[in-house]
Amino acid sequence: MSIILDHINYIYDEDTAMAHPALIDVNIKIENGEFIGLIGHTGSGKSTLIQHMNGLVKPTSGAVYFDGKDISDPDFDRKALRAKVGLVFQYPEHQLFETDCFKDVCFGPKNLGLSQKEVELRAYEALKQVGFDDDYFYQSPFDLSGGQKRRVAIAGVLAMKPEILILDEPTAGLDPKGREDILGLIKSLHDEMGITIILVSHSMDDVADYVDRIIVMNKGKVAFDDIPKEVFRHRKELEEIGLAAPQVTYVMQELKAAGFDVDVDVTTLDEAKNEILRAFSK
Amino acid sequence: MIRTNKLVFEYIRRDEEGNVEGITRAVDDVNIDVKPGQFIAVLGHNGSGKSTLAKHFNALLYPTEGEVIVDGMNTQDGEKLWDIRQEAGMIFQNPDNQIIGQVVEEDVGFGPENMGVPTDEIWERVDESLRTVNMLEFRKSSPNHLSGGQKQRVSIAGVIAMHPKCIIMDEPTAMLDPNGRKDIIRAARALNSVEGITVILITHYMEEVIYADKVFVMDKGHVEMQGTPKEIFSQVEKLKELRLGVPQVTLLAHELKKSGLPLPDGILTKEEFVEELKKLKKK
Amino acid sequence: MLRDITLGQYYRTESIIHKLDPRVKIIGTFVFLIAIFMVNNALGYAIAGLFLAMNIKLSNVPVKFIFRGMKSIFFLLMISIVFNLFLTPGTPILTVWKIKITKEGLKIAVKMAIRLVFLITGSSLMTLTTTPNNLTDGLESVLKPLKIVHVPVHEISMMMSIALRFIPILLEETDKIMKAQMARCADFESGSIINRAKNMVPLLVPLFISAFRRAMDLAMAMEARCYRGGEGRTKMKPLIYKKRDMLAYLVLGLFLVVCIIFGRILF
Repeated sequence: MSIILDHINYIYDEDTAMAHPALIDVNIKIENGEFIGLIGHTGSGKSTLIQHMNGLVKPTSGAVYFDGKDISDPDFDRKALRAKVGLVFQYPEHQLFETDCFKDVCFGPKNLGLSQKEVELRAYEALKQVGFDDDYFYQSPFDLSGGQKRRVAIAGVLAMKPEILILDEPTAGLDPKGREDILGLIKSLHDEMGITIILVSHSMDDVADYVDRIIVMNKGKVAFDDIPKEVFRHRKELEEIGLAAPQVTYVMQELKAAGFDVDVDVTTLDEAKNEILRAFSK
Repeated sequence: MIRTNKLVFEYIRRDEEGNVEGITRAVDDVNIDVKPGQFIAVLGHNGSGKSTLAKHFNALLYPTEGEVIVDGMNTQDGEKLWDIRQEAGMIFQNPDNQIIGQVVEEDVGFGPENMGVPTDEIWERVDESLRTVNMLEFRKSSPNHLSGGQKQRVSIAGVIAMHPKCIIMDEPTAMLDPNGRKDIIRAARALNSVEGITVILITHYMEEVIYADKVFVMDKGHVEMQGTPKEIFSQVEKLKELRLGVPQVTLLAHELKKSGLPLPDGILTKEEFVEELKKLKKK
Repeated sequence: MLRDITLGQYYRTESIIHKLDPRVKIIGTFVFLIAIFMVNNALGYAIAGLFLAMNIKLSNVPVKFIFRGMKSIFFLLMISIVFNLFLTPGTPILTVWKIKITKEGLKIAVKMAIRLVFLITGSSLMTLTTTPNNLTDGLESVLKPLKIVHVPVHEISMMMSIALRFIPILLEETDKIMKAQMARCADFESGSIINRAKNMVPLLVPLFISAFRRAMDLAMAMEARCYRGGEGRTKMKPLIYKKRDMLAYLVLGLFLVVCIIFGRILF
């Protein structure tokens, strides 16, 4: 599995007075098994970008290739694409509609035209994968807590057996524990099931601990696309576009400025801890 | 300014046919006392009862037992209802669902209109409130064209225009991006320090409460912890139990302490952290 | 962008018509309506047409913009013409097989067509030159006398203005929900009509739930800001008649009198 975005341009409201570019010459290649963080603030084009990956939005120019095939080809099976490239939107409230959670998760596989048995099997599996309690299977999704709703929403996409899972701000509005739980779940989907993950967020702190590649979007362009360490080295540029490196990176920087012999490139709490302990053990 | 006395709030849960399923105690025996001019933070995970508590402060909800006193007025005193709502303004979570006007300045004028303020004075109040939150240049804009942070600032202006003594902010940043979040917290702090308005900030973002005078931590309807931010954040393990976290610097200091570095508890800012490490190094 | 849709199609420009008090425009539209139903000769229609043309000219709204609205009523116009033309009894002037066109039919058809066109043009001129806000304010004020018979005038206009604010938000939300369901392979475009209606459920349920939620939030926010109905409320932007509004009323009165004299009584 691979997705290639080749010279993608997208103009919002083309043919109207309000036309403006949302994506400018975007080139990205996504390989099997990656765990990617897609960062940018509101209006940076990150939401438009992910909608190109499963064909919800057609580029104004440029092409999207899935496994080497152009998805705009008339004989390309777009339904199959949407099953393979699962997209979970920010608010679970935008997709939950059935009377109980189990039925809601069945919606995706049912649309794929599978047999009733297969549909239910997949829904059961998906709910188990997101760690959803059996007791809640037949409860209305509207009575759940924010974190549980999000699990059902993710299960609803997982039930289509995607090879790549894109999650738009999966932790928005959750409390610290809820945030940690969902991020942990996403990590386990990657590590244990080998699903390629693209995690969309505007918080560096959220993604730094998990991902092995960060794509930073700014004003419709790819500003950085590298491993976290390299991206966070551009603190100044990140700040200029309204983003920031993780907090610990700043702490380390100040320590360095205060005369401590520490590596300023650390991005996670554990790394920072070890770095400081090392400096003190000398 | 605001005092609660053994406040209890219960609601009845019903199933789909309307039969009583049970009673939930959302707020349970809460006693808090907010002094005028304070910046108070109420922390708690989702479902801890903090929003329910907040809605008691301006008589949107009434206690099942106990009482809530706002500036000497009991919220259950029907005659004082509108005075209480004017004195204790409220900001809600969703920026879209609290803007009534189709033009920014008209929305800010909505509160004063309801209070029967004369037209000329409404205009003065609107000008001054929009200036306070730095949104004067957007006065003729449609709220639909503003960012989340800007919309929340309009909502704050709408409350300021009612000349409240106290502003209660019920998770005002939960739906905003980091920049919007910073804007709102900055505005809240300025209101408190410059205008002298009592601010009660309800949130689950730890970074937002480090400047508060006092923090209340809620769990299952109770006030589980209270104290200065330093006192609260020195109890990292307890906070974790309550489904909350601590600011990253605090967590780092805590982890280092566990690994044997003799750091004090409750370090809140990176400046503090660096200072403490320097002291350690000198030894 | 969906958020830019304005209802009633306000056309933003500077003109004397735009500046007029909304009450003048609402009452003016009503007077014009009375006038075109009062007159019954060619001269009367000519006067009304001239008056309308003058207002369009003054409003600075491009003519093609006004007549764009005509497209939607073209069908209605055709039906009215056909019915009147063929079904009015009277002296036949043209007979084709069993269908005959009568002199009276022709007269009524032309009359109805002119009235309909004038009516639509006149009222769209009003919405094109008045912001939705002003329109609701104006309506509230004009309809105030109905309060005596317990019509909740203030509440109605408040509802209108809130609806106007939330329509773009809900449209955008519809778009988001549609995409979220399409990501789960939902199909909104193909299939029979019954199937298509069925396929709308995953779109409508989240939309309704969200709309109710918003309504509840908004009600609470309004209460928190001391909203308690129209009693004792002051206005930030009260409607005050200016000199030009008085002048406009005078012109309107004159127009009505002239129309009645030349269009009905004299000839």
